[in-house]
Amino acid sequence: MTNAILEAVELKKYFLTSRGTVRAVDGVSFSLEETETLGLVGESGSGKSTTAYTVIGIYAPTAGKILFRGTEISRPVAKRPRSLKRAIQIVFQDPGTSLNPRRTIGQILELPLKVHGVGTKRDRKERVIELLRLVELPPEYAYKSPHMLGGGERQMVAIARALATEPQLVILDEPTSALDVSIQAKIINMLLKFQQEMGLSYLFITHDLSLMRNVASRVAIMYLGKICELAPTAEFFQRPLHPYTKMLLSSIPVVSPEEEALKPEKVVSQGEIPSPVNVPSGCRFHTRCLEKDERCSRVGPETVEVGEGHLVSCLKFAPQLASAAAAPGSGEVEK
Amino acid sequence: MTGALLHVQGLKVEFKVYEGVLKVLNGVQMVVHEGERMGLVGEAGCGKTTTMKCVLRILPSPPGKITAGQILFHGRDVLKMTFHQVQRVRGRGIAMIFQDPTAALNPVFTIGDQLMSVIKYGSRDSLGAREVRSRAVAVLHEVQLPDPERILTNYPIQLSGGMRQRVCIAMALSTEPELLIADEPTTSLDVTIQDQILRLLNALVERRSTSVIFITHSLGVVREMADRVYVMYAGSIIESAAKEELFSNPLHPYTQGLMRAVPKLTGGGIAEGIPGRIPDYLNPPAGCRFQPRCPHAWARCVNEVPTLHEVGQGHEVACFRFQEQ
Repeated sequence: MTNAILEAVELKKYFLTSRGTVRAVDGVSFSLEETETLGLVGESGSGKSTTAYTVIGIYAPTAGKILFRGTEISRPVAKRPRSLKRAIQIVFQDPGTSLNPRRTIGQILELPLKVHGVGTKRDRKERVIELLRLVELPPEYAYKSPHMLGGGERQMVAIARALATEPQLVILDEPTSALDVSIQAKIINMLLKFQQEMGLSYLFITHDLSLMRNVASRVAIMYLGKICELAPTAEFFQRPLHPYTKMLLSSIPVVSPEEEALKPEKVVSQGEIPSPVNVPSGCRFHTRCLEKDERCSRVGPETVEVGEGHLVSCLKFAPQLASAAAAPGSGEVEK
Repeated sequence: MTGALLHVQGLKVEFKVYEGVLKVLNGVQMVVHEGERMGLVGEAGCGKTTTMKCVLRILPSPPGKITAGQILFHGRDVLKMTFHQVQRVRGRGIAMIFQDPTAALNPVFTIGDQLMSVIKYGSRDSLGAREVRSRAVAVLHEVQLPDPERILTNYPIQLSGGMRQRVCIAMALSTEPELLIADEPTTSLDVTIQDQILRLLNALVERRSTSVIFITHSLGVVREMADRVYVMYAGSIIESAAKEELFSNPLHPYTQGLMRAVPKLTGGGIAEGIPGRIPDYLNPPAGCRFQPRCPHAWARCVNEVPTLHEVGQGHEVACFRFQEQ
C-alpha cells in the first residue's frame, strides 16, 4: 500500500430522495497503485459511476475517506486546490454529450489549459495541435465542431482533453461502451500506449469483463454499492470465488471454444439487482445467490483475504464461521 | 429454394435528406428457412434495422424509399401487398421485438391494455374478452414473469428493464408468429439479465419452432442465438455461413477484423481494430464499400462491386479474393 496513488477507505455516498435514502456507494475500500489499471466492474445500479464521481469530486462523500498520494481529498471539487484538479481527470461514457456542441474542438481542448493557466495564447494553440496529433487526429480538426466527428473521433477528443493538463490519475467511465468493437480496439490500445508513455494510473469503469481481462491489472466487482470481490486480473479469471462473480463470468457471451473453457461451469443467472433504496438484509446478494444458506439473510459478510491480494466478501470464506461450522465448499480455500 | 420462409433479394433503400440522397441499403440478399435461427451481425449504422423495417413495411417514407428489390414471405412479395394484406402479415406472420423496451411500450397505457389489444386484434380466431385475458396471463406466465395478474394492471414505468423486455417478448409471441425478428433485444440490459432473456427466447422459439432473425452487434451473442449468421457492412451482406463455420473460418477481411477486435476472455491484449470508419452514405466509395478500410484491396475492388459467391458448404462471401478471375 506504500505506492498507492489513490486510496478509498470505507467510502459512502448516499442520496436523499423522496422515496428514501439511496445507498449508491456503501462502504467501498480499494487502493490504486502508481501506473496500474484498476478495473471497477458491475451492473447498472451497482454504484461504480457514483464511486468514480466521488473520487473526481462531482459528489462529496457522505462518509469515508479518499486519499490521493496520502493527502485526504474527500471534498467536492469546488473545495479542492487547482493543482489537484489538474492531476485527476475523467473521460465520460458518452462523447456525444460530454463535448460542448457549440464549441470547436480547438476551444474544447484549450479550455483546461486556460483554466490552469498553461502558457501564452500561442503556446496553447500549439499544445492543442500537439494533443490532436497525440490522439492521431489531423490538426484541422481544431476548427470542427463535435457533431462533425464520428463517435470514435469524439471520444479521442475527450481523451485528449483529459490529457491536456498532464494528469497522473485518469478515471475512465465506460469510455468505449457507446462505440463499436472495431473502434473500441483502437481507443483501448491508444489508452494503454498513453499509460506506458506517460506513467498514468487508470481507474477503469466498465460492465464488460472480457474487456477488463485485457486492460486491467486488478479487477474489483461491485454489487449494490459494495465490492464483493477484488483480485489481480489473472487470479480473478482463473479462480473466481464469489457466487456473483461466477454468475457474471458464466453469463458473458464469448466467440471461441477456448474462451468457453475458461468460464466457470454454467451458473444459471437469476433475479435482478434490487433497488438501492431497499437494500436486502445480511449479504446484499443473497436474494439472487445460488449458494446461500440460512445465515446469508441475517449476517453481512466481512471482506477476507483468501490469497495474495485476493479479497472476497462472502460468508463461505469467512474463517471463523467456516471453521466453526465446517461449512461445505469452503474447505479448499482455507489457509 | 424450398422451405424458404423469407427471401430478401437485391433490396436497395435510399433516404432523401437535405444534403442529398443517402444510399443506405445496397442490394441486401438473405434467406431465412423455416424453423431456422438466423443471426444478423454488423456495427452501428450498417443497415440491419433498416432492412427489418422494410420487411415489416414500417420504414418511414419519406425520407426512406425502397428503390429496388423483393421481399418474399411465403413466396409473396411484401413490397407489392396492399395495406390490409400487410396488416395480416404483421403479428401473425412476422412479429418484432425492438431494442429499447422502454420506447416500445406506451407509457400511458397499462401492460394489460397493450398486451390484450395485441391478442384481440392479432390472433387468428376471434376471442371473447375473458379468453383474451386468460391468454394474456398465460403468455406472461410463459415469459416467466411473476404474478401476471398484477403485471397486467401495471404501467411500464413500474417494471424494470428486464421485465419490460419480457413483456415485449410476450407481446411478440402472443400471436404465434411464424417469424420473429428480435432487434438487439438485450443491448440495453445487463449481462446477467441478458443471459436470462437469451435463454428464455431460445426456449420459447424452440418450443414453438418459430423462425428467428436475431439482430445484434455482438459476435458473442450471435454465437449463442443463431444457427446461421449473416454479416452486414455498409448496406450489404458481405458474408454468410453456418455458425460454426463462420467462427472457425471467417473469410471476409471485415469479418476477420471484427473477430480480432473483440476482447477475449483468454486475455493477451486487444488486436488493432479496423482502421477508418463506416463510409459516408452520401458519397459511398466506388466498388466494394469496405475497400477504403481493407488491407487487401486492389484495383478490382475499386472498379467493381463484389457479389455474394459460394466458396464452400453454404459459406458465401462478397469479396474478390475468393473469386476466380
